[in-house]
Amino acid sequence: MSEQLVSKIPSMPRSGAQNTSARMKKYTGRASTHVLLILVAVMMIFPLVWMLSVSLKTAPQQVKWPPQLIPNPFYPQNFVLLFSLSPMATYMLNSAKIAILSVIGMCLSSSLAGFAFARMRFRGRNLIFGILLATMMIPYATTVIPTFVIFRWLGWINTHAPLIVPNFFGSAYTVFLLRQAYMSIPQDLVDAAEMDGAGFFYVWWNIFVPLGMPMLTTVAVLQFLGSWNDLFGPLIYLNSQMKMTVQIGLTFLRGRAGTGVESVGIIMAGSLLGILPMLLLYSFGQKYFIRGLARAGLKG
Amino acid sequence: MPDKKASLTGMRRREELTAWLFISPIVLGILIFQFYPTLFSFYISFNQWNLLSPPKWIGLNNYVELFTIDRFFKNTMINTATYALATVFAGLALGLIFAVLLNQDIRGKYLYRAIYFVPVIAPTVAVALLWQVLYDPNFGVFNGLLRMVGIHGPNWLGNTTWAMRSIIFEAIWAGLGFTILIFLAGLQGISQEYYEAAEIDGANALQKFFFITMPLLSPTTFFLLVTGVIGSFQVFDIPFVMTGGGPANSTQMVVMYLYNNAFVIQKMGLAAAVAFIVFVVIIILTFLNFRISKRWVFYE
Repeated sequence: MSEQLVSKIPSMPRSGAQNTSARMKKYTGRASTHVLLILVAVMMIFPLVWMLSVSLKTAPQQVKWPPQLIPNPFYPQNFVLLFSLSPMATYMLNSAKIAILSVIGMCLSSSLAGFAFARMRFRGRNLIFGILLATMMIPYATTVIPTFVIFRWLGWINTHAPLIVPNFFGSAYTVFLLRQAYMSIPQDLVDAAEMDGAGFFYVWWNIFVPLGMPMLTTVAVLQFLGSWNDLFGPLIYLNSQMKMTVQIGLTFLRGRAGTGVESVGIIMAGSLLGILPMLLLYSFGQKYFIRGLARAGLKG
Repeated sequence: MPDKKASLTGMRRREELTAWLFISPIVLGILIFQFYPTLFSFYISFNQWNLLSPPKWIGLNNYVELFTIDRFFKNTMINTATYALATVFAGLALGLIFAVLLNQDIRGKYLYRAIYFVPVIAPTVAVALLWQVLYDPNFGVFNGLLRMVGIHGPNWLGNTTWAMRSIIFEAIWAGLGFTILIFLAGLQGISQEYYEAAEIDGANALQKFFFITMPLLSPTTFFLLVTGVIGSFQVFDIPFVMTGGGPANSTQMVVMYLYNNAFVIQKMGLAAAVAFIVFVVIIILTFLNFRISKRWVFYE
């Protein structure tokens, strides 16, 4: 800032000389920053490029060094083998079904509760909200055994219900996020609607849901991510192949594909398919991942 | 007048009832999936229970077993603490450095941020399988690169010294984008005026970092510390997929230990005791964090 100020005063030859060296210093500083940032970016992306590359290689190609990043020739056979070794399509459909239903449940319940906590008056509101926030501290490790016992008692083992139904009850975190978002919606809109005799449900659905859509989308994206990437839940609740999700299916694929070099291409082909939906979702809805999470961190 | 008052209280009653209807899912959810399981975990931890026969009260025996007879539990706790400390502090340090670099007015900063975030959204199982390939002692990338400079690389995941470090490295890679994102959001919340005032007083870049950025960013750092400790203490997916806790239990973590006891060998009581210990450890750590935070967290 001060350098810029000085450079705006033309009648100071000596400081002009200083200024060029300062600018040089700034320039090299910036260049080295970029070098560092690019290096880390490569480290972040390279493993995924490697995954793609390996998934298209034969066993002899895998062990070659220096490696061919672009396999020559391509060996798409790994994907064929993948589908013959494991019901990958079923895994993906199961994951998609669980994730989508969970998203619907989570959005509905969290949005309604977030609206009530943000805009409705009822006795014990602050106390209940405080308790809600405090439960975020309870580790999932503590609740997992009794939750399993509940679902076993209900006869829901080896069904998708234990992975979907709890989301219809919302979560403290998402209720918190939506409450914060709904608090910033102008009260005038609510007053106007109430003057016209609109009920709370009408106000929620017609004002808060559309105006709070960015945060609701973030909640949806986070839930999709959580459901799709979940390992622990499917691991304890699902035991037949036809019910399994991608993440748990992949751990089984490893057992079936064998342990040699020839299995690597198949396992990476499967992993690639497991990551792909998230990558697609991320590339289209990047701002919802980033904006939502950033806000969540700031206010927490 | 009395009429209007009556209708007003009627409206208030309706508002109250509707609010309770709206928050009933989350309230039920907290009761069924948080409170009840926590209490039930506590109760079951004093019992011997294999799910098939009714629980048998054995007092403190599970705890006594964990802390005296059990050869693995102490080791498991040490492993988990090592993992948590390393990933949280390395993550915070690296995250802060890169967030500060990205917070400058440099070209492509949103692209960098988007790239760094990719590992965060990638499913842990697929990513862990990928890193297994990268770490492969024979055809993995790391040993391939080391061979080029004449070093015979270790069997990363099959070696008691390197397995934990390898897992920690992967975890830092996977989580860095999130830490950077949250720090960046925190940095953007710091008013530019502070820096301008400091410049007038002749502060250099390092002084600005230590006397403005660090204190004003401390609530964000605190948030990341608390959530980081809670999350990393319950790590499961990465070691479960990459090493299964081996070699020689060198990467066995506390939630994996719980999983094995509860869902593999059906020692529910013992597993519930582990769950309750995790609960107590996390509550204590969080409480300590809040206590210590009074000394270093600065709220504007």
